[in-house]
Amino acid sequence: MSTATRSLPRTIGAHAILLTYTVIALFPVILVIMNSFKSRAGIFGAPLTPPTPKTFDLIGYTTVIGQGDFIHYFQNSLVVTVASLFFVLLFGAMAAFALSEYRFRGNSLMGLYLALGIMIPIRLGTVAILQLMVASGLVNTLTALILVYTAQGLPLAVFILSEFMKQVSDDLKNAGRIDGLSEYTIFFRLVLPLVRPSMATVAVFTMIPIWNDLWFPLILAPSEETKTVTLGAQLFLGQFVTNWNAILAALSLAIMPVLILYVIFSRQLIRGITSGAVK
Amino acid sequence: MGSLNIENVKKAFGPVEVLKGINLEVNDGEFVVFVGPSGCGKSTLLRVIAGLEDSTSGRVVIDGEDVSATPPAKRGIAMVFQTYALYPHLTVKNNMGLGLKQAGTPAAEIERRIGIASSMLSLEPYLERRPAELSGGQRQRVAIGRAVVREPKLFLFDEPLSNLDAALRVNTRLEIAQLHRRLKATMIYVTHDQVEAMTLADKIVVLNAGRIEQIGGPMELYNSPANEFVAGFIGSPKMNFVDGARLGETAKTIGVRPEHLTVDPTSGAWKGTVVHAEHLGADTNLYLDCEKAGLITVRIFGVYDAEPGATLYATPDPAKTYRFGADGKVLK
Repeated sequence: MSTATRSLPRTIGAHAILLTYTVIALFPVILVIMNSFKSRAGIFGAPLTPPTPKTFDLIGYTTVIGQGDFIHYFQNSLVVTVASLFFVLLFGAMAAFALSEYRFRGNSLMGLYLALGIMIPIRLGTVAILQLMVASGLVNTLTALILVYTAQGLPLAVFILSEFMKQVSDDLKNAGRIDGLSEYTIFFRLVLPLVRPSMATVAVFTMIPIWNDLWFPLILAPSEETKTVTLGAQLFLGQFVTNWNAILAALSLAIMPVLILYVIFSRQLIRGITSGAVK
Repeated sequence: MGSLNIENVKKAFGPVEVLKGINLEVNDGEFVVFVGPSGCGKSTLLRVIAGLEDSTSGRVVIDGEDVSATPPAKRGIAMVFQTYALYPHLTVKNNMGLGLKQAGTPAAEIERRIGIASSMLSLEPYLERRPAELSGGQRQRVAIGRAVVREPKLFLFDEPLSNLDAALRVNTRLEIAQLHRRLKATMIYVTHDQVEAMTLADKIVVLNAGRIEQIGGPMELYNSPANEFVAGFIGSPKMNFVDGARLGETAKTIGVRPEHLTVDPTSGAWKGTVVHAEHLGADTNLYLDCEKAGLITVRIFGVYDAEPGATLYATPDPAKTYRFGADGKVLK
């Protein structure tokens, strides 16, 4: 079928490119999941084949679950990610609202200052952060991680959200003021629901690096009590012997929560990325 | 119950002066229209009255009470916005009731007022719908209803018809006029459309570049404009302005409205050729390129056949010719 807007060769070409990209992007993930269901011999013997009845083995998962505290690591990761995400979105949106809504001296300078963190990696300050946490007695607590990740996520959140908040109709906010709504009610009830798609975008961009981070858990909270999943998986990575079954199983399990959160946000995410592009 | 006094109000955004000293008196029950080109400060003035912007200096007095430092919700005003500005998450009924609920009005009273307003604006079938399920005209009626239920001392309209299509605009204009007659409330209405101004207003305030050019009734502005700006702004098509020197007059500029010119194929004051003719049925607009007067517009009532290129003579009605001095003011 050939119409004015579609020709067969072009459709095939476009799909070929997209499919190739999909395969490349998914390959490592599939490889990890596939091999996590295989025995040790199966992993090394034929790493690229899917598990057969002969090589199928759940030893990786039983090791991980059997370790007992792995569930606890999961909990830690989840608490840290969700709490950081909550604070980044709350404070980011509030700062963005102030920057986009109110005229005050130094407004644009303040906006620039808050966005500066996008360009400077927070890891440069690791030593100072560690000293700070030691001094305030927060080492080996989840609070330390939540504080650091909130700081890490805020610059991008403020930057993206203030752009979107500028697009919210002034008339709507003014209507609220005339009806006697407080600035907080205007922010939470009128403005936030309208920028929900961009909040989802920010949520995804903030969430993934936090969940995957190894650096700060390793430095700030390496105790058994506060280990996160990524740090916990290192348990199976020995200097001389590495328990690949367990590592692959742990990684496969670690993908799940991010995937679920992503699916929740993704419908909003696409609207967030494309809004403003059309119309 | 709804008078308004504006005393020497100035507003500047940084170094930019948007309002340069506005003095205005609005009596109870009057329908006042602020009209002017975009950027003249009319919307800013409305926002200052509403309390959405603070004035740099000057006083706003509603009902004898200085409200310059009162928040918008406590000023006893209600506002209708160009973009409707309905709360997307609330039903029509809750949209209308929110302001009263915030003010702590008893539920039965809110119910009663919504009932009156919705029957007045024929919104009863839509009370449980959300704004997204309404058409543009219905949304604007809800916005008007939201203003009505507050029973304000002062209604403020900020270009309420600009987002509606032409047919709906005429209908809603009529509805606002009827609303004013029924409620006998003081209304202030901002528009850039001089037809809306002429048809609705008891009193028109013409603004230009942050200053009031003239205040008066529609016919007063039409018949005796104070200066060139008002003369050019009120009336459609626009008044013709001819350089006085070219006509051998002492005045700097001579102004004649298109409807105060007559044409004749054989003789008249200004000889010219037809450049273009617009046939509207009820009247005909002719664009003439005159030797003496330059390009002018002539409005003839009824049908008039004139081909582009034809020669016509235009004659102004001497009783309805305006003479402006070098400062733009009318010479008496």
